[in-house]
Amino acid sequence: MPEEFEPGCQRPPIKKKNVETDITNEPIVKEEAKKSMIKVGKPAPDFTAPAYHLGKFTNVTLSELKGQWVVLCFYPGDFTFV
Amino acid sequence: MAAVAAKYPEFKDMGVEVLSVSVDSIFVHKIWNDNELSKMVGHDVPFMMCSDQDGSIGRDYGIYDEEGGVETRGRFIIDPDGIVQGYEVLSPPVGRNVEETIRQLQAFQLVRAKEGKEATPSGWKPGKQTLKPGTNLVGNVWQVWKVEQAFED
Repeated sequence: MPEEFEPGCQRPPIKKKNVETDITNEPIVKEEAKKSMIKVGKPAPDFTAPAYHLGKFTNVTLSELKGQWVVLCFYPGDFTFV
Repeated sequence: MAAVAAKYPEFKDMGVEVLSVSVDSIFVHKIWNDNELSKMVGHDVPFMMCSDQDGSIGRDYGIYDEEGGVETRGRFIIDPDGIVQGYEVLSPPVGRNVEETIRQLQAFQLVRAKEGKEATPSGWKPGKQTLKPGTNLVGNVWQVWKVEQAFED
């Protein structure tokens, strides 16, 4: 479940399950090929990210929300106009 | 995002959790909530505002704009099994229609509850006719459903 943490000077890291392993000399072309659009009917890519929620800073993991519907909304940036 | 915040009680009533994601830091999220969004909706943003500062989440979802270093306006509906059921991606100048997201969720929830035995035709809303896919319906949709129904309220 989301865990609270105190804000520090370091930006909170994004922890992901599918962290790319340190296989050096991996051609960059591979990374390009990975950027295809995800598909309906397929699992949503999991992630853990820092979040601001009702006065607190927490870490949220998408897969921990299984069992309920989730609407995931990306947007270009805070203080943008739309 | 203010519109989503305003509709949050409706999402919760439907058993839906909302997450927002941008490349801004969580500190900027706080200031945006405190100084603008809370004034627009009359209360604090009720959902978790996630930070994706390296764009890696957006990249996984195929909506990260590498050139601009920001997320495009992608909206994903994920079911209780963690499966993506629908998405919509808009370029930055055009905002979403939150009520359409709610309508789609209502449709997906109905389909899930009926275990696929009913489907929602174009323009479906709660209370409107569903279709029951089966051998008898093949080639016969025109007899049970009229195009005009797609545009009725």
